Amino acid sequence: MKEHVEDYRPIVGAQVIDELLLLADRVRHRSLQHINSTSVGGGVAEILSRMVPLLRDLGIDTRWDVIKGNQAFFAVTKAFHNALHGGDETISKEMIQVFRDTTEINLQDFDTFGDVVMVHDPQPVGLITRRSVVGGRWLWRCHIDISTPDPRIWEFLRQFVSQYDGSVFSMPDFAQRLSIPQFMVPPSIDPLSEKNRELSDAEVQAVVERYELDPERPILTQISRFDRLKDPLGVIQAYRLVRRHHDCQLLLAGGGATDDPEGQEVLQEVREAAGDDQDIHVLELPPFSDFDINALVRGSTVVIQKSIKEGFGLTVAEALWKRKPVIGGAVGGIKLQLLNGVTGFLVHSPEGAANRITELLANRELRQAIGDAGHRYVRDNFLTTRHIRDYLLLMLAIENKDTDLSLLTKP
Amino acid sequence: MTNQTSFIFDTELHLVVLTGVSVTTLVGLRAELHNVPTSSIFLHTHREYLAHDFQRSNHANDFARWVSTALHEEALAEKLAAIDLLAFTTMESLREALINTVDEYLSALDRPSPECRAEEAFHFCQSRNFVLPTGLVAKSVNDFFEKMKKLSSASLYFHFFEARLRLGHRTNDFSRWLADQGRRDLADAIDGLNPYTRTLDELREDIVQIGIGAQGKA
Repeated sequence: MKEHVEDYRPIVGAQVIDELLLLADRVRHRSLQHINSTSVGGGVAEILSRMVPLLRDLGIDTRWDVIKGNQAFFAVTKAFHNALHGGDETISKEMIQVFRDTTEINLQDFDTFGDVVMVHDPQPVGLITRRSVVGGRWLWRCHIDISTPDPRIWEFLRQFVSQYDGSVFSMPDFAQRLSIPQFMVPPSIDPLSEKNRELSDAEVQAVVERYELDPERPILTQISRFDRLKDPLGVIQAYRLVRRHHDCQLLLAGGGATDDPEGQEVLQEVREAAGDDQDIHVLELPPFSDFDINALVRGSTVVIQKSIKEGFGLTVAEALWKRKPVIGGAVGGIKLQLLNGVTGFLVHSPEGAANRITELLANRELRQAIGDAGHRYVRDNFLTTRHIRDYLLLMLAIENKDTDLSLLTKP
Repeated sequence: MTNQTSFIFDTELHLVVLTGVSVTTLVGLRAELHNVPTSSIFLHTHREYLAHDFQRSNHANDFARWVSTALHEEALAEKLAAIDLLAFTTMESLREALINTVDEYLSALDRPSPECRAEEAFHFCQSRNFVLPTGLVAKSVNDFFEKMKKLSSASLYFHFFEARLRLGHRTNDFSRWLADQGRRDLADAIDGLNPYTRTLDELREDIVQIGIGAQGKA
């Protein structure tokens, strides 16, 4: 299916699309190149696979290239990733050498660069060393949470990052002390993707019943991989507190964890905590379950994302888009998405979650009001179209570095 | 924006720029309020008015919200939220009002400056703004009110909020142009609308109604 920007007009409104067209007129003469480390799997590839065709539809000459790397290289960049997340990793001199060697190989392979080059995440960050030869404007787009990075690995990466014309982070919390401009561009969800598109009531009900949930009784849902940082045990605790007053079911659904030993362990703990409660449904969903996830969220009464630590937490935006009242842990990007009491509720404990769930289950109007506000908030702030607009603005910003207010109406 | 007879409707798009400056204490907030550029003050006091068109949160500016949710200093949060943005026509005077409010609170405080955890820090941002013509041009006063009906929220925001305070025009662009057209009555009526107590949709509707009222009298 070929994506068209006009397909989004009924969803986001004429103003947004007209603005995009106006903006595209200003940057159409420039080419844009995205470079990342994988064409499939992961949030970056998911966003780019939807966004690149739309940028082209807007008339922006856009290309998307993927660097090459062997297993050793990706083991190193995975360790970088964990260290940037604040994890305890040992980075050896050999690992640094593997990183430099792979960067060098990719530098030899790449021979075409756009007027604006957007390099995503740490894996390809070293390509900036080619910039002195090929020119252009270069942006480093960081999708990961680097609010508390391991200082040694950040220092190593900073020598590359500081050569860029600008950097882009998803949240203010991720900003660093850098000599180059730092822009904030939050991630986005695609309202037309399989995970988010509208479904009929019949489609939703069929999926809910297929997973043996009762559509007649309230369903509380958390969609997350089985990870202690998502606090699935806290969710079960909250559910048990709610059950004192309300008949309801709990659905904990996440991606398969077969290649993740810790995931298996957490899944086991969750199953043990659920015990023989027939109303707790623990689902390990296979990859490509987007349609089922969409239907399960739409079939839910309240959605929970009770994370203890979170990068951005796009599952929140996905649920808000479906007009679901969401209760989230007051951490990371969840705080940007849930305006407490307006687009959802922020909580700090299982008890807090239970109180809010109880309040919502007792009040249909409140559920609807919060769900509607959440939907509008996502429409205005976290959809693909806003993400594209920000990328086009970045192209302008990076070309007009010094002006605060770029009066583009002036000749 | 204007020439002799036409009103050119512009629109404005924003990119948020991260300053890398963050604070975890009230004393730190006070110090950085003095240092950050006015575009940062503007962003943190105004972004809620453009961000969404529904029920506002309890604290309409980021400073008040942070003082409440991270520092739990509710009395100060209320004072910061109560600062009447309409009373200011320059950004520096607004900055001064924010600083004075924090100073007064700090001087009356009989305990150490409140502090939050690092993960709840206040991060100063500012915005890069891009102004583009929408293509809409009003050729007459009647045409102006007609075009107003389909004006985007971003354009309305630019000509009303930005023009008055951040660009230092002291009134909104619409009133300036209408006054130039000899319609001081309409200019004053629009200038009398408080944009901080209305959603952008309500503001647009009220401007349109002023136009309809004027036609009725004509």
